[in-house]
Amino acid sequence: MKFIDEFRDGALARRLSSAIEREANGKLAYNLMEFCGGHTHAISRYGIADLLPSNVRMIHGPGCPVCVLPIGRIDNAIELAARPGLILATYADTMRVPASKGLSLLKAKARGADIRMVYSSADAIRIARENPEREVVFFAIGFETTTPPTAVAIRQAQALGLSNFSVFCNHVLTPAAITNILESPEVRQLGTVPLDGFIGPAHVSTVIGSQPYEFFAEEYCKPVVIAGFEPLDVMLAILMLVRQLNEGRAEVENEFTRAVCREGNVKAKALIAEVFELRSSFEWRGLGEVPYSALRIREAFRTFDAEARYGIAYRQVPDNKACECGAILRGVKKPTDCKVFGTVCTPDNPIGSCMVSSEGACAAHYTYGRFKDIPVVAVAS
Amino acid sequence: MSKVRGGYVRPVDFKHGHVDMSHGGGGRAMAQLIDELFLREFDNPWLRAGNDAASVTVPPGRVVIATDSHVVSPLFFPGGDIGRLSVHGTLNDVAMAGGRPLYLAASFVLEEGFPLADLRRIVASMAQAARDAGVPIVTGDTKVVERGKGDGVFITTTGVGAVPEGVDIAGDRARPGDAILVSGTLGDHGVAIMSLRENLSFESTIRSDTAALHGLVAAMLAAVPRIHCLRDPTRGGLATTLNELATQSGCGMVIRERDLPVKPQVVAACEFLGLDPLYAANEGKLVAIAAMEDSEALLAAMRAHPLGRDAALIGAVVEDPYHFVQMQTTFGGRRNVDWLTGEQLPRIC
Repeated sequence: MKFIDEFRDGALARRLSSAIEREANGKLAYNLMEFCGGHTHAISRYGIADLLPSNVRMIHGPGCPVCVLPIGRIDNAIELAARPGLILATYADTMRVPASKGLSLLKAKARGADIRMVYSSADAIRIARENPEREVVFFAIGFETTTPPTAVAIRQAQALGLSNFSVFCNHVLTPAAITNILESPEVRQLGTVPLDGFIGPAHVSTVIGSQPYEFFAEEYCKPVVIAGFEPLDVMLAILMLVRQLNEGRAEVENEFTRAVCREGNVKAKALIAEVFELRSSFEWRGLGEVPYSALRIREAFRTFDAEARYGIAYRQVPDNKACECGAILRGVKKPTDCKVFGTVCTPDNPIGSCMVSSEGACAAHYTYGRFKDIPVVAVAS
Repeated sequence: MSKVRGGYVRPVDFKHGHVDMSHGGGGRAMAQLIDELFLREFDNPWLRAGNDAASVTVPPGRVVIATDSHVVSPLFFPGGDIGRLSVHGTLNDVAMAGGRPLYLAASFVLEEGFPLADLRRIVASMAQAARDAGVPIVTGDTKVVERGKGDGVFITTTGVGAVPEGVDIAGDRARPGDAILVSGTLGDHGVAIMSLRENLSFESTIRSDTAALHGLVAAMLAAVPRIHCLRDPTRGGLATTLNELATQSGCGMVIRERDLPVKPQVVAACEFLGLDPLYAANEGKLVAIAAMEDSEALLAAMRAHPLGRDAALIGAVVEDPYHFVQMQTTFGGRRNVDWLTGEQLPRIC
């Protein structure tokens, strides 16, 4: 298919693979973090790790919107959905995330809550217009990619005078999460997590541009290469990172020039600024409370803020003790370092959030790569 | 003055009428619906006999029985409807056991308020599908549930088939070294249905592949009577079917991504929705596993049949104590093709 096959070409992949092999210094180790779940998914789905030399290691980052959502926020959404007459509109990814008391949105739905899966915030608006006698709440999650559509929905609701529509806002910010990882004791002081460079977000960067990453490159001396979500994008970004490291450079480079510019999407950014403001702190699963890392709805749009409308009270809920999602999201541990990985915790019965979304490090490894943990000789004819 | 006409019954109003509780009540309304709709459309001597059970004869030898419930939404979709689907689904289950389908039974659960015009359309479509397949619907049942307790119409069909002498097809017969074949393009039905879901409306030219496969199977068995496994990759798609067969047979499988037949429109829709065609449903395709030395003859027989034109050899059965299904990606790596987890849900990122 046009515009797809070009970015998944096997012959080009082999050439890039040998270029990386030639470029990577055998005496050095290259520990590269792909921030985004989209990259994690691509790496696992296309078997990119098979095409890298052994001293180039990919560390999965926290950029999976579903994975970083803390249990307390899912609990809040379930409480909302349990209100009589209320319709909760949500992206499908959040449906299976485990919450307190063995619940999830999917299970709450089975028990009678009116929860509807939507593809976009516009669908939530449509549901509100079609059900004027019902309250409709859009469970807004995600990084900067999904934030502008939520802003559009809020503005549209205002223009339409939709009094039965509100948004439970859980939008989070990428740069704050990267700072948090770079500032973590494991990276900064202990050096237990070697982290040499970043593959920067694809879709997020189409909105925020490449400029916000310049700070990391400069301040922490870590190269960043922004890359698209196609497998060849990822391979090329790895090659560019290896080159930067070999040459002692720490710059922001843009592999994803077909969609990302330095300034990003100016209109979308203005829209975000108009509707949202920074929260002083927000809890992330795995990272804990991260200052100035999330958005809330501005006073001017308060009538559309579900938190204000329903007096939602946030309660912190600790993760399951055996679950290593926190360490995995920070790159401190690999999925296979977790005792419950693939035993108690599987995609069908997830304990931690990393096992839920197909972009989560655990789900991606379980689904696409777990045969690699076991020596199986299998060759196709 | 009223002139009572002896024996006159006012015909069912199929144009404007709706299903009501009396259509399942066992009284005159039910008898009338059976008579004017089901009997008229399905017409055959067994139904005309008017008994609760059909009395049939089957040839000597092994007989296979399969049953399947159909709860599809929407009821009408590009390339078919629930009626056609309910005939094809069961005929295919019989055919996948190597059986030549002989008879069908059909059971309807109707929701109060369902338009009779739609019901007639569905029943007519079922009758046509059964006629095309040459398999009569010999007995049936109708129940009505209150409004809100059903989704328009649910149809359960049961099929009986005779297995020819010498044919031994089962899910546990795949052996390391065997060839894995599919009869055509993957994911057409799943994407056709998804394109109509209310919250996903996107335009597409993809039609459901719903089809009865017993003719194709007969042609395949004529070429290679010793086929090991046959299965139709319906819900859960090819990935799920291969995992089922690998587990049942106690072996692993390796398939090649570049050999998988998938229509470009299906690839595009799946890209767009964040779905994987390997997990999308098919209603007119089959997976065949046979000894590698038979694969060429089998592939030729499949391609010679209209329903197997796009058939392909996609991989091989291997030894693997963990029963993994793996895929060599076009990209050059290797990955698991795992069981489907829950429902296939779209991704946001």
